[in-house]
Amino acid sequence: MPTLTYRDALNQALREEMTRDDRVFLMGEEVGVYQGAYKVSRGLLEEFGPMRVVDTPITELGFAGVGVGAAMVGLRPIVEFMTWNFALLAVDQLVNSAAKMRYMSGGQVGVPAVFRGPGGAALQLAAQHSQAFESWYAHIPGLKVVMPATPADAKGLLKSAIRDDDPVIFIEGEMLYNVKGEVPEGEHLIPIGRADVKREGGDVTLICHSKTVTVALKAAEQLAGDGVHAEVVDLRTIRPLDTETVLASVGKTHRCVVVEEGWSFAGVGAQVVDVIQRDAFDELDAPVIRVTGADVPMPYNKQLEKAAKADPAKVIAAVNRVLYRG
Amino acid sequence: MTLPMAGTSAAQPTRTKKPDAATAEQWRHWLRQMFLIRRFEEKAGEAYSLGKIGGFCHLYIGQEAVGVGTMAALRDDDYITASYREHGQALARGFSARTIMAELFGKAPGCSGGKGGSMHLFDVSKGFLGGHGIVGGHIPLTTGMAFAIKYRNTDQVAVCFFGEAAVNNGAFHEALNMAALWKLPAIYICENNRYGMGTALERASAIYDISERACSYDMANEVVDGQELLAVKSAVERAVRRAREEKAPTLLEVRTYRFMGHSMSDPIHGHYRTREEVEDQRKRDPITLWSQKLIADGVLDEPGARAIDKSAMDEVEDAYRFADEAPDPAPEALWTDVYAPVEESR
Repeated sequence: MPTLTYRDALNQALREEMTRDDRVFLMGEEVGVYQGAYKVSRGLLEEFGPMRVVDTPITELGFAGVGVGAAMVGLRPIVEFMTWNFALLAVDQLVNSAAKMRYMSGGQVGVPAVFRGPGGAALQLAAQHSQAFESWYAHIPGLKVVMPATPADAKGLLKSAIRDDDPVIFIEGEMLYNVKGEVPEGEHLIPIGRADVKREGGDVTLICHSKTVTVALKAAEQLAGDGVHAEVVDLRTIRPLDTETVLASVGKTHRCVVVEEGWSFAGVGAQVVDVIQRDAFDELDAPVIRVTGADVPMPYNKQLEKAAKADPAKVIAAVNRVLYRG
Repeated sequence: MTLPMAGTSAAQPTRTKKPDAATAEQWRHWLRQMFLIRRFEEKAGEAYSLGKIGGFCHLYIGQEAVGVGTMAALRDDDYITASYREHGQALARGFSARTIMAELFGKAPGCSGGKGGSMHLFDVSKGFLGGHGIVGGHIPLTTGMAFAIKYRNTDQVAVCFFGEAAVNNGAFHEALNMAALWKLPAIYICENNRYGMGTALERASAIYDISERACSYDMANEVVDGQELLAVKSAVERAVRRAREEKAPTLLEVRTYRFMGHSMSDPIHGHYRTREEVEDQRKRDPITLWSQKLIADGVLDEPGARAIDKSAMDEVEDAYRFADEAPDPAPEALWTDVYAPVEESR
């Protein structure tokens, strides 16, 4: 199996789906001539031409709306946001247009569009460029929210998102673009709505998604050295949430830590904990603990930024608490 | 302060050469459509007062010639979007009065299954893609439909109706910029009824002539008298030709007037406009102007006009009864249409 970066896995998914279906096109800032702000769309303009790889002005509300409108009449747009921070300008189109169209038209008009780009913090980009918004979109019925953590998942989930008949919020990780991994060639589809056990273990469940999968895996590695076997459950899709896999793991380990990059208040982890306390209450040997980003705007200073982020040490401390270890 | 409107002088109907029988029939049909909208909206207002229609209800009374004149210039395969004041455009596009009234009543046979309501009328088979409730939010959608037309290389057009209050909003500018930049077959119809709810145009916009906004994007534009059906139709026809043949967008500023309040919750006049102003504008009732022209041209007489009005009223009464007796959506409808049925994907 070939080894690819997360970036190239996404590129391969785009290329394959654009080849497969001529209704699929890509639009966004710098996707064409510049080859993509993060080079995810490298080579696509040359291969598919300017009608299918469309450079837009910096006008997020406008081009998100163009994508929704094109999807309403049968095209399958992939709208790239340079980052999800900038997509705040387009929230009206995502929430009021994309998510609502099928329902308020009584099922007549769907919006088969993918909105994608990197979310969360990178390194020292400060408050306005370091935000994890998945819980905002996951709150909205009508949207699906997908967040792959590995190159193989990135390819398989992006292909599924493009073929999906509903609007999909596809949040990539800026810090993941250079991560390498084995990626199946050709028709590799991962269904939306399925979590994946990234590491098996019987002592504690670590639930995570996107960049925090790496954090959880590192923590699990260290814990193993200490004789604690953590199971790492990568949600992959935030909405619809794979509660079955979450509950199965908690039923096995009886202890759980939920790790996410975003802020704690009304975060994704709050939803996960709600499911666990309701449907696995009798399975729990300890309260579920959450590890999240600090509840502050992201600081620029390197040390402060590090302190604000979820990291393996914080996960290990949380595991120790649910295991009632010193 | 009363600012000039396009053609506010009480002009006499212009006599034209007596049209042929087919044209005369067409003209009477447009009169009937305008009567249908007027009577429909009056009945909707009544039903709202009786509590049979809930939520918001924005009436189109006074603006009928804009919807009817525009639809007369379009083809069946063109795309249309509108704001939340869209009962009139939907009727002009050929929705049955029954399906719209049923939608207003929130009933199952409504055009959006009773789940959209007054502000979200849809009929895909007629290319009528909403009914949108956020001011200006649907303007980029229309640009997207025009993009799809160009992408597929057909000669359809995408038409967007919105009020003059939407032109101060970013969605309008972003959408028009891209339509001009990419040469898309879009027609933006700004129905300037002078008030965004209770705020007069001159209190909200730095320039008075909205058509001039198009100049920023090097876009063709026109000011149109929205109370004259043929003026609307011919302006839209010019824009349609530009869209179909040159793949270029147009902004039409259609000057009209809303004879009723912003919505059913608002007074017709009050703090923001005077009774005298409304009465003055009512002298240019688009239905009166059009029926006078038809009478002057000898294709209609007074009893004929009354008969057309009567048939429109009968259709509205039928729609009202239909809506009143129609069933509510099934309880399961709460949960459907959030996502596509699973088998539909791929």
